[in-house]
Amino acid sequence: MLQLVIFSTLNGVLYGMLLFMMASGLTLIFSMMGVLNFAHASFYMLGAYFGFEISRRLGFWPSFFVAPLLVGALGALVERYGLRRVHKFGHVSELLFTFGLAFIIEELTQMFWGKLPVDYRVPPSLDFVAFRLLDTTYPAYRMFMLLTAIAMFVFLLAILTRTRIGLIVQAALTHPDTVAMLGHNVPRIFMIVFGVGAALAGLAGVIAGPALVTQPSMASSLGPILFVVIVVGGLGSLQGAFFASLLIGVVQTFAVAMNYSLAEAFGANAPPLLGDLWQVTIAQLAPIIPYALLVLMLILRPTGLMGTRET
Amino acid sequence: MRARLLEVGDLHAYYGKSHILHGATFSVGEGEIVSLLGRNGVGRSTTIKAIMGDVPPKGSIRFKGEQIAGLKPHQIARKGLGYVPETRDIFPALTVRQNLMLGEKGGKGARRWTMPDMFGMFPRLEERADTPGGVLSGGEQQMLTICRTLMGDPDLIMIDEPTEGLSPLMVEHVGRLLEEIAKRGVAILLVEQKLAIALRISKRLYVMGHGKIVYEGTPAALEAASAIRKEWLEV
Ligand SMILES: Nc1ncnc2c1ncn2[C@@H]1O[C@H](COP(=O)(O)OP(=O)(O)O)[C@@H](O)[C@H]1O
Ligand SMILES: [Mg+2]
Repeated sequence: MLQLVIFSTLNGVLYGMLLFMMASGLTLIFSMMGVLNFAHASFYMLGAYFGFEISRRLGFWPSFFVAPLLVGALGALVERYGLRRVHKFGHVSELLFTFGLAFIIEELTQMFWGKLPVDYRVPPSLDFVAFRLLDTTYPAYRMFMLLTAIAMFVFLLAILTRTRIGLIVQAALTHPDTVAMLGHNVPRIFMIVFGVGAALAGLAGVIAGPALVTQPSMASSLGPILFVVIVVGGLGSLQGAFFASLLIGVVQTFAVAMNYSLAEAFGANAPPLLGDLWQVTIAQLAPIIPYALLVLMLILRPTGLMGTRET
Repeated sequence: MRARLLEVGDLHAYYGKSHILHGATFSVGEGEIVSLLGRNGVGRSTTIKAIMGDVPPKGSIRFKGEQIAGLKPHQIARKGLGYVPETRDIFPALTVRQNLMLGEKGGKGARRWTMPDMFGMFPRLEERADTPGGVLSGGEQQMLTICRTLMGDPDLIMIDEPTEGLSPLMVEHVGRLLEEIAKRGVAILLVEQKLAIALRISKRLYVMGHGKIVYEGTPAALEAASAIRKEWLEV
């Protein structure tokens, strides 16, 4: 039992930090431009595929640095030559644009790499056991993912709160016009934030690819969870996204690990009503949990954990 | 004749279909304090916004001899035009120091104003350097906005109703700050309700009516022109 708690906590925090690497960019982009970027998870997927392709040719470490940069550059181009032009037609057009983009990226990925998962593996240099607890081992690669995510988080926080460009970003979140009148090029700031957000999602893909499965559906299965994270955290709130990421990461990981059914929990006292429903295990319910949280949050607290605006 | 610092010619501006400015023509010389007066709703704020590119301008706006009509606000700011809106618009979540830092444009070269200058003029801002701008009083926020714009080292600063809603003591502070700004060679285009302060510090004044300039003169001339004051200023 103790093992289960420790490993599930580690995995939950890891999953949460990965979610945050994507949700942070998504929520910042939302605060700045007022648009929910449906293609954000696609940048994560591209990160995984670029990571696979580059590490196959040049090795894992070059891909670890180059793939996120490529995805970031692509994100910046999408903002500069796509979103910015669509912007004048309103938010619905922007939303549809990102929606279409997500499908295009998915189709292109299938064209290049096929429908089946690609063989993106943990690099040999990180393929060992980090530690052993009783009879269970924890892989070093997972520790590496966790450390990367934490380092990224600290780095992002330092940039946002300690540098001039970070201050400009913070101010532009709430007062873009005032920031422009002070002589700062706000559209360029938007492009940078979009690019950095895409690069972070790409980095998440590069490191998650070998641990999870790199396949064309990975974007569309993750995208909805990201929306849950930023709505639960409060749209536009970075801290909110952080806590919501961890919450959903931990809760879902624990749920998956708990293979108990309600019938077992109630033992012989289970009422004979509803038949098979009592046989459903918590693990089976795990995929629903984030969405249940989303719906509850919207009903009980529409601003999310830390947001200030209604969704 | 040498071009004046700012030359506005036949300026028109619209909000949607409503035509607000009907061909305003005026100018500001280097280091000069010029006031733009007029009753509420006459288009003074719109004039400044049009110069700043916040409202699309029609007509000619020359700054340092260069046409700036049609440029984006951040490009106009970088040419050396500063703007202090009547809404003040400090960044409430950022500290006083961070607000001031955001006024800097990040270019190289010597600047007229530094953070210690600001703190020297307003010890109150230094005391509150690390508190969020949102908790300052109205007067302190006004000082902060003006100082923030000065940090960008403008050659002309356009200030919209800086004394609105301030205590007499604060009004006095603002008046002295404006004179200090002009003393360092920065021109000021001032929109002001309080005639007394405008008359005291301006070199020239313009009066606006129906979206045009209806009078131009020195403070002494305007003081003598009671018919003009009655028709366009007094309520
Ligand atoms: N954002 C806006 N949309 C539509 N009309 C506006 C807007 N801002 C100001 N106006 C109108 O334009 C006119 C001039 O406003 P303004 O320039 O603010 O006047 P002043 O600053 O001289 O008091 C007023 O009639 C006002 O109602
Ligand atoms: Mg006004």
